[in-house]
Formats: sequence, structure tokens, C-alpha cells
Amino acid sequence: MIPDATLWTVIVGLGLGSFFLRFGFMGFVGDREMPAWLLRHLRYTAVAIIPALVAPIVVYSGEDGWPDPARFCAAIITVAVGLISKSFFTAIIAGAVTLYALLFLIG
Amino acid sequence: MTTSTQKSAYWAGVRDGAPFLFVAGPFAMLFGLLAAEAGLNAYEALAFSIVVIAGAAQFTALQLMQENVPTFIVLASALAVNLRLAMYSASITPYIGAAPVWQRALAAYFLVDQTYASAIGRYEAQPDMTVPERMTYFAGVSTSVCPGWYIFTVVGALVGAQIPEAWALDFALPLAFLAMISPLLRTPAHMVAALVAIVVSLMATNIPYSLGLLVAGICGMVAGAQAELWFERRKQRAI
Repeated sequence: MIPDATLWTVIVGLGLGSFFLRFGFMGFVGDREMPAWLLRHLRYTAVAIIPALVAPIVVYSGEDGWPDPARFCAAIITVAVGLISKSFFTAIIAGAVTLYALLFLIG
Repeated sequence: MTTSTQKSAYWAGVRDGAPFLFVAGPFAMLFGLLAAEAGLNAYEALAFSIVVIAGAAQFTALQLMQENVPTFIVLASALAVNLRLAMYSASITPYIGAAPVWQRALAAYFLVDQTYASAIGRYEAQPDMTVPERMTYFAGVSTSVCPGWYIFTVVGALVGAQIPEAWALDFALPLAFLAMISPLLRTPAHMVAALVAIVVSLMATNIPYSLGLLVAGICGMVAGAQAELWFERRKQRAI
């Protein structure tokens, strides 16, 4: 259970922070150019942070720091289908089907 | 600029934004569902979607709060996921930077993946649009996309409250992240960024205060940027 204080701190803090990220350039910077090195790093934030968030959950999903077979396979299938189909929904449905099929078969 | 072209710019925005509802709607519903699963009520889930209005960051915060990660790290990580919004802001500024500040503040609030994609596409295709027309167009796209984000969050939260615990939804959020991110791995540099971040995150689980996530993220970003430079240099040599 998430404590109320934590939840509301995160909601308000994330709301304010996101607004300033959005407003930053429009509001304060105007149309000045951003340095190329900064843009180059910003391009890779999402594809770095999100895999870093998920990888430990997937790999250490079973007992004693080993992957849980059903969850690990579902994750691999989701990524493979996402890479090929380029579609969020195709990928997550493929992953969910794999997860439930394997949980049913091997428990 | 006349009222009639303003009006048509608004409706053009509504039309261009409408298809995105089929993406944002189910996505918002999934957020509501997982928020309910994490113990949030419909009102809290809705507040989350209204105040933050950024899908991937909302999912990130939800996951980390469930892992009892320190609040500071939750905020830093979710904001890192949202750094792309600063890029959108930078890229759209030349088109609407001359609008009044209250309009820019409103547009900033509604700046999400879908409104950005529609707006930048239209502004580039029609360079002779006036600034008021651009703002009106943006308002049109936002009208299509954003209320749906709020409404479907509530629908998801109400549905999620009815789902029994036996459904093993613990893994739905990780799968949602993977489905979200794998279509974005368009170039070799994106793949390098993701792979480096994964390897570092797996080794860094012992770093205190869950700082491993940020360390892994930064390593991934630097790796992606360096890989991009390397691939560019190689391409130039080939020519």
C-alpha cells in the first residue's frame, strides 16, 4: 500500500516538474538554439531509463535472484513483437498471452 | 487572420487528434487499472492523470512507489522519463514562441506525445499559418486527445477495483513498459542505449536508495549519444 503523503508528494511534484519541462523552452528560452550535445543525450533518456527500470524486475522475477520462466519468456516475447510490429498493443497482447499460457502450463 | 480560418484551424486540430484517442484511451485505461491494483481509488488515479498528464512517467512513478523507493528517487526517475517533453518544447517554440504567455502556458500543460506529433507535422507542412491559427489548431488537437485521457483513467480505475487478485497483474506494468519502449528502438544507437542501461541496472541493484536506476539511465544516455556519433562518423567515412 502506498502511503497517502508519498502519493500526493509524487503527484504534485511530478506535475510541477513536468510542467516546467514543458514550459521551459516555450516560456523562458524562446527560440534560442539548444546545444547539440544536450539534444543528443535527451534523445536517449526514455530508451535508457525505462529498460533500466524493467530489467531487474524481469531478470530477478523468480526465486533466489533467478528469472521466473513464465515472466521472463513473456518479457522476451513482448520485446520481440514490439520490435517487429512497432505497435504497443500488438506487443502487450502477445506478452500477456504468453504469460498466461505459460503460467497455465507450468504453473 | 479571420475568425473563419481560426475556426477551421480548430476543427482541423480536432480531426487530426481524434485517431490518437484510440491509442491514448486504452493506455489511460491501463493506467487506471494498474493504479487501482496499487491501491489508489478512482479519485486519486484521476488526480494523477490531470496533474501529471504524461503516460510513461505516471507508469514509472506507480511502479517505483510500489517498490517503496525513496520519494526523491521516484520523482527524479519519472522526471527523467519526461525529459523528452523538454525536447518537444524546444522544437515547437519557434512556431508558437510569439503567442501570449498565458496561451503558451496552456499549450505547455497540454504538450504530450500526441499533441506534439500532430502540431509539429501541421506546422511544418503549412509554414504560412499565423501564430493565432497555430495556437487554435493546438487547442483543437488537445480537445480530442486530453479529456479522453482523464475519462479513461477513471474507467480503468473503476474496472480495476473489481478485478480479483488472482489475476497476477504484478507483471502487467513491466510488460506495458516493454511494449512501450521496444517500438522506440528505431536505430542502432537507441539499442546501444537500452542494452547498456539494462546491463548496468542489473549490476547496480545494490547501490543504496535505488540510485542504481539513475546511474544506469545516465550510462545508457551517454552510451546512446556516443553510439550516435560513432555511427555518424562511420557513415561519413563510407561516403
